[in-house]
Amino acid sequence: METLRVLVTDDEIGMRLGVVRTLRDLVVTVEDVNVDVNFVVDQAESGEEALEKIRQQPPDILLLDHKMPGISGLEVLDQLAAMSTEVLTIMITAYASIETAVTATKRGAYDFLAKPFTPDELRSTIRKTAAHLILARQARKLTEEKRQVRFEFIRVLGHELKSPLAAVTGYLDLMQERHLGEDISAYVDMIRRSLLRIDGMRKLIDDLLDLTQIESGRKNRQLGLVNIVAIAKSVIESLHLEAESRSITVRLDASGPILLMADIREIEMIFSNLLSNAIKYNCDGGQVELTITASDTRATIKVADTGIGMSADDISRLFGEFVRIKSPATTNIPGSGLGLSIVKKLVQLYNGDIRVESEPDRGTTFAVCLDAKTTTS
Amino acid sequence: MTTHDKKTAVLLVDDDDDFLLQQRMQLERAGFEVTAAQGQAEARHLLAIRRPDVVVVDVMMENPDSGFVLCHHIRKTYPELPIILVTSVNSETGLDFDLSSQEDREWIRADAMLAKPIRFEQLQREIDRLVSVAR
Repeated sequence: METLRVLVTDDEIGMRLGVVRTLRDLVVTVEDVNVDVNFVVDQAESGEEALEKIRQQPPDILLLDHKMPGISGLEVLDQLAAMSTEVLTIMITAYASIETAVTATKRGAYDFLAKPFTPDELRSTIRKTAAHLILARQARKLTEEKRQVRFEFIRVLGHELKSPLAAVTGYLDLMQERHLGEDISAYVDMIRRSLLRIDGMRKLIDDLLDLTQIESGRKNRQLGLVNIVAIAKSVIESLHLEAESRSITVRLDASGPILLMADIREIEMIFSNLLSNAIKYNCDGGQVELTITASDTRATIKVADTGIGMSADDISRLFGEFVRIKSPATTNIPGSGLGLSIVKKLVQLYNGDIRVESEPDRGTTFAVCLDAKTTTS
Repeated sequence: MTTHDKKTAVLLVDDDDDFLLQQRMQLERAGFEVTAAQGQAEARHLLAIRRPDVVVVDVMMENPDSGFVLCHHIRKTYPELPIILVTSVNSETGLDFDLSSQEDREWIRADAMLAKPIRFEQLQREIDRLVSVAR
């Protein structure tokens, strides 16, 4: 339950008490966010008193009479605008004058109530105003949270980009001071290691661009009927050297073409991230099995490896950005920590889901379901 | 360069291979004896076998706080062993702490802190200072 503060400003005491009575037991449910709201009502009998009260503690909603002795409602609105409060003002007007309404709106009034009004009319206006207020606050909170997530992302990214830079700088410093003498061949290992770190950094930047593209570039998607089995074959082919160098066999199990309404680059990214993980985190001589099946509404992609596997604890953190499972078995495996974040975001674009089963030292299986118009032929 | 009766033994703990290699090369040339561990578990194992004169620990390893955890373990098990904490976590990356406030000193169980990228001369100076205090 949230409580909104209402300040009713009117020189007629009957009017003020009527508002207090009507709002005392009112509870408004804001449907979209499922929040219940009730109200506490304070009173002011003049514009001057209202401004004083607003200065001390601004209400959420101001019910403001237009015609009062002393300063008028419109003048109160004027001064309110200069106070940078977030009060929503409902003007109470004695006669329906368009001119007053226009002026009041220009000066920031949110809504109007024409005198005399019934308790129902008051409740209805308050209901509308409260919903507006609560929704606006929720939206602001969401924006703030998003900003925070973004900040955190950039903070970690900075760290991830600085580490390889520091490593390369370190080697260059050692070379500059001729740490191992004048002969360049003494530095071959340092050069090789530097190049590896630069490769890692390039991969991180590529993944980062993919991720950003997925998040922001949905309008650039090129959806068409694509054969995902053929895409799988070409991705396997591109990873052929990597697999062969460690005697890992990659098998594809799919019968016939499977057509899917999809963006070819996105499907490629899903396959290449899952398959390259299955190779990277495998043991030498291990196996990777890719199974693709389809029903009328879904395509299922399963990638099973015989690699180092993960604990349940690792799995729970797996899809976070920059999460890399660190253990003695993974220290020398390069990676950006963004691959599975990319896959997860892509899978969401196809209203799909991704699941993982794993057992340490036995292997890991990723299962991706893509919900799209699929047709086997 | 400080001269020692026997070589000062340094244990380096960091998950970055390249950092370990670079620091090891510099320290060895400066006359230190260096062992290196890639994480908490390996560091504990090495400490149990042979006690160094000083430990240099990185904060972020397996977990973002591995270094702190290892520091606590070392303080409890080998109270006399000097610890230098190395970190790239600083005000720029959003987390701010140092050993200048009493409050931070109470939860960071290290004798010195150095920010990455560290300058070798700085590391050497801290090692020499801490070892001479401990002896």
